[in-house]
Amino acid sequence: MTGVLAASTSFAVPANVAFAVMAVFMVAAAVRVVTTKNVVHAALWLVVVLGGVGLNYLLLQAEFVAMTQFLVYLGAVVVLFLFGIMLTRAPLGVSDDLDNSQRRLGVVIGVLLLAVLSFALVRSFGADKLTFEAYDQGAEVARAVGENGRTQAISDSIFGEYLIPFEVTSVLLLAALIGAIVLARKD
Amino acid sequence: MTRALLGVELAYWQSTLIRVLAGLVAVLLLTGGVVYLYLFKFVSFMQSRLGPMEAGPYGSLQLLAEVGKWLQKEDIHTEDSDRTIFGLAPAVVLSSTFLMFVVIPAGPDLVIANLGTGIYYVLAVSSLSVLGILMAGWASANKYALLGGLRAAGQLIAYELPLVLAVLGVVIQAGSLNLQDIVAAQSGGSIFGWDGIGNPFILTQFVAFGIFMVAVQAELTQTPFDMPIAESELVAGYQVEYTGIRFLVYFISEFATAVGFAAVASTLFLGGWALPASWGLSDGVMHVVGPLMISTKAILLVGVVFWARFSLPRFREDQLQTLAWKFMIPIALANIVVTGVLKVVF
Repeated sequence: MTGVLAASTSFAVPANVAFAVMAVFMVAAAVRVVTTKNVVHAALWLVVVLGGVGLNYLLLQAEFVAMTQFLVYLGAVVVLFLFGIMLTRAPLGVSDDLDNSQRRLGVVIGVLLLAVLSFALVRSFGADKLTFEAYDQGAEVARAVGENGRTQAISDSIFGEYLIPFEVTSVLLLAALIGAIVLARKD
Repeated sequence: MTRALLGVELAYWQSTLIRVLAGLVAVLLLTGGVVYLYLFKFVSFMQSRLGPMEAGPYGSLQLLAEVGKWLQKEDIHTEDSDRTIFGLAPAVVLSSTFLMFVVIPAGPDLVIANLGTGIYYVLAVSSLSVLGILMAGWASANKYALLGGLRAAGQLIAYELPLVLAVLGVVIQAGSLNLQDIVAAQSGGSIFGWDGIGNPFILTQFVAFGIFMVAVQAELTQTPFDMPIAESELVAGYQVEYTGIRFLVYFISEFATAVGFAAVASTLFLGGWALPASWGLSDGVMHVVGPLMISTKAILLVGVVFWARFSLPRFREDQLQTLAWKFMIPIALANIVVTGVLKVVF
């Protein structure tokens, strides 16, 4: 991987501008997810938020992660949300029973979560600097490793360093799957 | 292309603009050609009739007449419909279709963006059309539209899996997700040392090719997998309330997706734009021959899709789900295992 990034132009300024624009859209959409009075609209605003996360991955040149975000979250998770909503009840127009009396608790938990996450992120990555440097597409090195380099790095860490957490997660998902079937089936 | 062609140096945005416009024209031309060739003429000959004959020689301008007709129609929506979502839905479906073409290469340098994750990107953006279909079904305020949308979502999710799993076999064999690398692996490959025709992956991945084409048929909701728009049960499914230009968008999107998936299938399994490397053709020649190669292969594969569409009767909903989950996914998984083992052995 090292060497690929050499002699290339930085795009830190456009990256920051793009991030700012996306962040505004994502925050606005996230607020709409919880304030909208229509369940289907909430799910569709969630599409904007999750799509924005995917675009952020793209900005960080984590192409594979971004595509996974689009495929899994937009193409499957939100679709299953919509599917579930439409199979049970999906009234057009405004529903008034979407709110409940736990607003204050919600605010407290939200602030708490923000504090914990910010602390953890600043503590772990506060000293790191992001380098927004474009691949020099003409270089032979970039043709050989650059275009797939990031994807290969991810697969190397999943199936090398993080193999056991990865497998444990998949077993956990399997357990959840079997649990759902056991709960859903009456016989 | 940006560096050498005609000695003209283009800025990045200029070359991107040219690529996007050329890609758009190519996609629309191919889509129109496919509609005329198969939907108007091929099916007519299969049914012993002539098809459109009046507009232009042999009815070749029929499509323009139909587009003109659709553009003039009034934009109608039902009284209860959610107008924003109703209007956005065709746009979502169409962008999902057009984004697919961004990474499909048509020559050594003829690609809008040569992404490292090529084929994975295609699968990711093509899965977004489900969102548009669900939005359309719900926002139409029509029970048939909602039923059609739900059927479509169930079907597209079920067949997304065999599609992805079938592609994996090719990716393992080529050792790359990048479509240009997959093309190069086929044109530069050899069959037991003989490199006369390269090594098109259909020879080794014929199981994956079969699964891919059946899954594509289902993803396109073409008969025998057209339950989402089954006219005898649901009138026209999620499209039932759409008229005029919005219906036209669905129509273009359906056939452009057919062209797109056929182009992806020919890139993955039939060698794509390239001719075997052993024939020794230069990049300059391939800039011209490449687009012709990929277009021909894609049009032929769309022909297979439409041949099946006009020949087979519709499945039942439960038969469709059974086929995906109980047959195609296990076979695709077995194909991956066998490919992986053979890759290690050889």
